[in-house]
Order: sequence, then structure tokens, then C-alpha cells
Amino acid sequence: MTTAITGSPQGADEAIPVLTRKDFVSDQEVRWCPGCGDYAILAQMQKMLPELRIPHENIVFISGIGCSSRFPYYVETYGFHSIHGRALTLATGLKTSRPELAVFVITGDGDGLSIGGNHLLHAMRRNIDITVVLFNNQIYGLTKGQYSPTSEMGKITKSSPYGTVEEPLHPLRIALAAGATFVARSIDRDTKHLEETLYRAATHRGTSFVEVYQNCVIFNDGAFDSFADKEVRQERMVYLEHGQPVRFGRSREHGIRMNGYVPEVVRNAPGDGGLLVHDARDPNPVLAGILVEMRYPDFPVPIGVFRDVEAPTYNDLVEEQVANARAKEAADFEGLLRSGETWEVL
Amino acid sequence: MTTESAVEPEQTVEKLDRVTIRFAGDSGDGMQLTGTQFTRTSAVFGNDIATLPDFPAEIRAPTGSLPGVSGFQLSFASSDILTPGDQPDALVAMNPAALKTNIGDLRPGGLVIVDEDEFTDSNLKKAAYISNPLEDGTLSKWQVARINITRQNELALEGLPLPAKQKFQSRNFYALGLVLWLYGRSMDTTVKWATDRFRRNPDVLDANLRAMRAGYHFGETTEIFHHRYEVPAAEVQPGTYRHISGNEATALGCLAASIRSGLPLVYSSYPITPASDVLHELSKFKAFGVKTIQAEDEIAAMGMTVGVAYGGQLALTGTSGPGLALKSEALNLAVMTELPLVVINVQRAGPSTGMPTKTEQSDLLQALFGRNGDSPVAVLAPATPSDCFIMAMEAFRLALKYMVPVILLSDGYLGNGSEPWRIPAIEDLPSIDHHYAKPVDDSRKFNPYERDPATLARPWAVPGQKGLMHRIGGIEKSGQTGDIAYDAGNHHRMTLARLGKVERMVQDVPPVEVTGPPEGDLLVLGWGSTYGAITSGCERARKAGKRVASAHLRYLNPLPANLGEVLRNYGKVLIPEMNTGQLSLIVRGKYLVDAVPFNKIAGQPFKIAEIEGKIDELLGLTGPFEFQFGPASVLGGG
Ligand SMILES: Cc1ncc(C[n+]2csc(CCOP(=O)(O)OP(=O)(O)O)c2C)c(N)n1
Ligand code: SF4
Ligand SMILES: [Mg+2]
Repeated sequence: MTTAITGSPQGADEAIPVLTRKDFVSDQEVRWCPGCGDYAILAQMQKMLPELRIPHENIVFISGIGCSSRFPYYVETYGFHSIHGRALTLATGLKTSRPELAVFVITGDGDGLSIGGNHLLHAMRRNIDITVVLFNNQIYGLTKGQYSPTSEMGKITKSSPYGTVEEPLHPLRIALAAGATFVARSIDRDTKHLEETLYRAATHRGTSFVEVYQNCVIFNDGAFDSFADKEVRQERMVYLEHGQPVRFGRSREHGIRMNGYVPEVVRNAPGDGGLLVHDARDPNPVLAGILVEMRYPDFPVPIGVFRDVEAPTYNDLVEEQVANARAKEAADFEGLLRSGETWEVL
Repeated sequence: MTTESAVEPEQTVEKLDRVTIRFAGDSGDGMQLTGTQFTRTSAVFGNDIATLPDFPAEIRAPTGSLPGVSGFQLSFASSDILTPGDQPDALVAMNPAALKTNIGDLRPGGLVIVDEDEFTDSNLKKAAYISNPLEDGTLSKWQVARINITRQNELALEGLPLPAKQKFQSRNFYALGLVLWLYGRSMDTTVKWATDRFRRNPDVLDANLRAMRAGYHFGETTEIFHHRYEVPAAEVQPGTYRHISGNEATALGCLAASIRSGLPLVYSSYPITPASDVLHELSKFKAFGVKTIQAEDEIAAMGMTVGVAYGGQLALTGTSGPGLALKSEALNLAVMTELPLVVINVQRAGPSTGMPTKTEQSDLLQALFGRNGDSPVAVLAPATPSDCFIMAMEAFRLALKYMVPVILLSDGYLGNGSEPWRIPAIEDLPSIDHHYAKPVDDSRKFNPYERDPATLARPWAVPGQKGLMHRIGGIEKSGQTGDIAYDAGNHHRMTLARLGKVERMVQDVPPVEVTGPPEGDLLVLGWGSTYGAITSGCERARKAGKRVASAHLRYLNPLPANLGEVLRNYGKVLIPEMNTGQLSLIVRGKYLVDAVPFNKIAGQPFKIAEIEGKIDELLGLTGPFEFQFGPASVLGGG
């Protein structure tokens, strides 16, 4: 006997209707604190989603626990608000079983890097085709203000009244180390850059990892002001563009060049000669790694796409194995039951 | 059928109803193979069979050492048997360590066959023997057959282009040949199997077959054995049979559920003894569309399984006790979101790492209650290795019907043990239904918690379905709208609804059946892998005129509706368990019956004699029963 199994539910392949931002606004009241950076990320996501031209019902948002993880309630798609740190595991199961779905994971710096750190490594190493957005506010928001694995050394919080004595984790460093094929950073207050970055992440095949600097007005207000404030942003941040020299400043007058394997700032660099040219497609992650290590005040803080390379995805490889096995072997269940030694009793 | 036994035996033949043999040797000696081949041969001959393999905990303990001993016990009979036997009638010991760790289990007067060549000073020392047990009278209780297996094997293989070390490895075939002869069995089954298995390695094939024939012919010509034994074929239901272990049966049952439901199966798991074989089996079934994910840990495996269930496919994870502990939080998410999935727990001796290769039933309470909050799941337990096939299908059927996670409690004894299995026809298997939610015109009006009045199941709306977009999660939801809700009445109602689904499942649970008199002095109640020992023990008690019945639970949550009534039909209730009394606690609490717990926590299954002994104690025929735990033996222990 041959047995064929297909599991996709009905529907989903008629022409895709054109959607707008409003179609992605759910009827749930948004409960973040007024002024929270999460609002901006939600708005840019809702703006970006229609551009993907994916059947509406094929989009799924999965989150863990945290202020940021409330996100799925506010997006009108399928949504799953799971448990602390484990969103990636649900996403992996869902995408492996239903590769036609577009799966987004929303996580926080505690959710994704502390309790769920292990899953982040393994999702990225598998290169499963999902989009991970990590809201980095360098604090535990939902539990009211303890330090997080990305809080800076010496930070005074409710759980560290004398200051922390732990080095922070740098999310993009982890992503590169785990072999992520798309690694990017953006910031809540630069809405245009944020929307663009989310779009590129969503359209990349493989695990896309986006760190978004997100201001928590209540427990860590102004964490990124030193370099992201409107007044100083041009001078203290650098927007990475693939194939372009790495330049910053009000009129892009400064640049970055390499001295051996150490980057250095060139103030008022006259021409592009000698400046570091960004190559997000380089299969070797070393250059991206150098950019990831640039931090204020020694360097401008880079945002943009650090790495964007193609590699086979976990879900494609799984499908391929199944398809190959089906082409070569019959799905003969009765034969399977009878494989090995059998005997007849008359 | 052609048979390779040419010469008719000159020894007398003794007819027996049942024989138990144990093969024991160093883990490198191939005793599992010898045992398996003897098992196959006897099954093909028509005996009923039960087996118990036993591996050392270390993968490669030092050769010849006590921890390195590996064993395989099988019982074959001319009638229906349910356990691999209490005490072996015959023991094959390939070295002093194997003798030392197993001889205590051999029945007095039983036969022990040893490879005399291995009883060297250095091997005796490794086995901590001060003097040679073959010489010092240690073995006077038993019949000892001292055979130069190593040397004779060497002679038989003379001239073959194989290194000496490789030739040494054919000793197990020599021993197999000898035992096949002793029990009047043909070598055909093994010849056929070996020819296929070693087809790429003709020299090894030749060596193994030569060794087996040498052992067989040695039996014929030697005068060491005064008897041969014969166990006639059993009367079994006609059909096509094969051997099946519990773990294989579990994997095949899950595949059968996939075929019968039409839903693709996805298995996410992290390797752990003794559950890994389920992963190994399922990972072969790609042609059936089965996907397996080797997760980074058990938490991930559970989360992935929730993701698969959310996506509308057949969601399965499997583990052993420590892994179930890790899964508890994500399993609770499935309880809260009311998603259908199955968790296999092949239990092993705990707590903590415990004894990974030893069996136990000590995760019952973990399965029932090991999660935060009021968190009801269904719990099923197969009774025999082949029952794992049926109960795996049943687990999925109930999960899908009631939108509830189901835990299937197997154990190491079931998982690794095997028995003959009559292969079912697909059309005889139960059908397994599932229903995705019906789309509504506006998904903003869809309530994911609107329940089916009969089962209380919520609708299974899966991504990709139009008009059903909704949000679920671990936070309490309003039963009215599906939105987050913290109000008191709602949580009260939702908690009872989650419980109510498992309670209503009782309408799908067959009444518990009693073997023996419908009322009497004593009911022995069991669950899981103790089935064989309990049923056989009670049978023997009844043969001796005692009014004892047995009943076995395959559904532990919910319990069968008639259980309370059954319990009250007997003067006393005895509950044997391989734990400190977990089912007893439930039964006493739920039915207010003064059930007597009977607990063995030795990493080993109950023996029939132990059940009989305890029955006698409860009937007032003897004093208090006490376990006789022997020295550190590999398999038996009693
Ligand atoms: C198993 C478990 N442990 C702890 C918590 C409590 N908890 C909820 S969210 C959170 C930290 C959230 O921080 P982050 O991920 O940075 O999210 P944010 O609130 O900052 O967006 C903690 C510790 C929990 N819900 N579950
Ligand atoms: S606590 Fe901070 S992160 Fe959470 S909602 Fe309020 S501002 Fe946002
Ligand atoms: Mg945070």
C-alpha cells in the first residue's frame, strides 16, 4: 500500500489581495507605557508587512515573555504569545512542519539572550528561515527593572543597587558566532531605517536576526541617547551600506579605515581611498565582526545590515530529504511492518 | 523446510513447557546478538517468547570487568507467556565476570555453560575471584558444562584470512550453535540472517557460520550433555508474526496514527536512554513524510512540538524522566493553549540521572502533576511491548479528539523488551479523526475558545486558514472572546473546562477488565510493564485454588469509569509498582479504598514469584514477604 500524506489546511493560494497597514492592526488595546520604544517598532512592522505581498493568513508572530513579547496581540495575523525564552523553539517546530508560512519571532534581551540564549544559537546555526527581532532595551521591563544580559557593567538597577559586576553580551557578536546568515541592527527612533531593515530581514531566506535598540522610558530611559539623540546621531552613528565606504558625520565627512586588523576613525577624510568598504555579502564573517565591535565613544555605533549571505535553510533541507526519500522509496506501511524476519502461523 | 541438523541425537530428550536461558558475556562478546538469534529461531519454530536485554551502563567498560558484563535473557514456551522468566534454567557465561554477576540468578540444579579458556588468572582477577570457581566447589549447586569455546572456535576457523582478534569475536556464534543444538533448534534462521547481514564481508560470514556449526556439532558428538530439551510449539492465533520491541512498536504506532489521520508526523526529541531508539526509528520514515528534529535540549523539543501542534500537524516528542522534567513548562503551554500533542516518556530509574539503563515506573506522579498550576493531561500506559503500538495510536486519537496533550508512559523494560507480534492489517487499525476549525467571515469575530459541547474541545484553527486569525498564548484567556482575561470567574471556569476535557475522555476509555473471579479475596491491580508478572502470578495463585483476580490499567488519566466498583468487589486490593507507591496514592485518594502498595525499586521488573509471595502474605498464608535481592547481577538480581 502506498500512503500519501499532505497536511496543509485548505485555502491560501488564490491571488493575494493588496493589504494596507490598517489590515495589520488588531482590535486589542496596546498596553505599553506611553513613550515606550515598542510602539515605533510595532508601527514600522505594520507598515512593512503589506509590502511583503504574503497571503495574510500565512503570517505568524511568535513571542516569548516580556513587554516586547506582547507584540503579537497587536498585529492582526496569527499570533502565539508563548513562554519565557522559548519562542524560537515553537517557531522552529512550526516552520519545519509548515514551511510555506512566514514566521516572525519577537523577543527581548532577557527573553532571547538570557533564558532563551541556547535556542537563539541553535536557530541561527540551523539557518531556519524565520525572522527574529530582538528588542534590546538593556533591561528587564516586564519584571520592573532588573538588569539584563545586555546591561552595561556597573549598571545600577533594582537588582543591582551597588552596580552590576558582569560584562554585557553583545547580541550581534553572538549572531555572527552562531553563523547567522542575516545580521542587522536598527533603532526605534529612526523609523525609516527600521522599516527598511525589517523588510530586508523578512525577505532574506534563512535566519534573519535584527537587534533593535529600544528605549524603555520607565526603567532605562535614554540608554541610547549618548549616540542616538537627534543632535548627535550623524556624528556618533554610522549607517552601513553594502558596497559603500564606511562614512559618517553631518556631511559624511569622516570615515573608517583599517590599520592591520584594527579599525580607526579618519576625521575629515578627503576621498574614499583607503576607507573601509562594507561588504555584507562576504562569506567570511570577520569584517562584520570588526564592525560589530565598534562602540561609542571610541567609534560611531554602526547600524544597518552587517551580514547578508545565502546558505541552504534548515527547512529546505528537511523538505529535500523527504522529497528524495519519497522519490526513492515507496511509502509502503504494510511492507515496513513486514520488514525483517517474519513467520507464518497457520 | 530444510534443516541443517544431520545427525539424530543420541542423548535423551526431555520435553519441557517453558525454558528460560540467559546469555552473558563481556559487552564486546556479542551476547545481544546471540540472544536475539536464539529468540528468532524459537519464534520461527512456533514458541511464545519474552525477552529482556540488559546492557551495561558504560559504553565500553574494561574488557573482562564486572561492569562490562552484558546479558540477554529469553523465555520460550509452548503456552502463552508474559514475562522473560524469573530464574534462568540455563546460563551461558563467556567469562568469569559474566559468571560472577549472573550465577546467583540461576535456578538450583540449572545448567551453566562456561568458556573454560577464559578462566585465566588475569580474568579471574578482573572478576574479583580469589580462586577459580570452576575448581573450588562454588558451583556445586548447578550442572556445569566446561567447554573450551575459545580454543575450539580457533580450531574451527583455522586457515581463514582473518586476524586472531576478529576470529575471537566469532565465539558467540560457537555458543549459539551449541545452545541451538541443546534445545533441538535448527541453524537455518541464523544462516539466513547472517548471509544477509554479512553479505559484504564473506570472510566474517564464513567465520561466523563455521563457528556456529562447530558449536552445534560439538554438542552432537560430546558426551558432556546427557539431555537435550524440547519445548513444543505454542498454540497461537494464525497470522504473520514478527518480533517487536516496545520502542519500535511506539514508533510504528505513531506512524500508523499519521497514516490513519492523514496528518504528517513531526518528532522533536533530544537523545536520552532508553528513549533514543524511538528517535532512531522515526528518523528512518522520511518516505512517509515523517520529519524528525534533533533538538538542542528537551525544552526545545517540547517547544517545537507545541509549534507543530499549533501548525495543525501530528506533534510528537519523546524522552525519559529527566527530560520530562525539562519539558514541563512548555508542556504546560500546550495545556493552556489546548493543543493536541503526544509526549512519550520511556521511564528509567530515578531520581536525577538515576540508573539510565534500568527500568522503573516512578514518573507516574510527574506525568500526572509535575507542572505548575492545575494542569490536567491525559496519561496512558502500554502493558506490553506490542501494546505500545496500540497505545501510541490511542494517544493521538484522544489528543486530537479532545485537544489535550497526552503523555504515554512506557518504560525501559517495555522499550527494550520484545515479543512476537501478529502484524495487523491497516484496515483493522482504528481511524483517527481530526477537525480544523470552520472559517468565519471575519476573523475578528473568531473565538478560539468556543468549545464543542460533547468533548469541550476548542476549535483547531491553524495558520494558513483564512478568516481565523487569532492570538493564543500561555496567559489566561477569556472563554467568551479569546482575549487576555484576568477576571476571577473566567479563570475559575477555564480551569474547570481544561479539567473537564480530560474527565470527559472517560467516555472513550474502555472499562477495566478483570482476569479471574469477578469477586473474591484479593484483586491485584497494576499498570504499565508489570502486566506480565502480575497476570502470571495471579494465574498461578488461582491454579493453587486461591480466589485472586488481576486487573490492569492502560488509562491512568482519566481512570476507567468502572474502576471504583471493581475495587469494591474484593476483600483486599494489592498494587504492585516499580516505585514507592504512586498509583496506590491515587487509588487510595480517589476511591477511599485501603489498597496495599507493593513496591520494588530495584531497577528490575517484578518476578512472578514475588507477586505470588506477596499474594500469599495478603491471604494470610505466609508471613511478611521479603525481596531476595542477590549480589550485583546484570539481569535478575533476586
Ligand atoms: C520561566 C520564567 N521565568 C521568569 C519569568 C519572569 N519574566 C518575565 S519577562 C522577564 C524578563 C523580560 O525581559 P526582556 O526579555 O528583556 O523583555 P522586556 O520586558 O524588556 O521587553 C522575566 C524575568 C517568566 N515569565 N517565566
Ligand atoms: S516598562 Fe519599559 S519596555 Fe516595558 S512597556 Fe514600559 S517602557 Fe516599554
Ligand atoms: Mg528587555
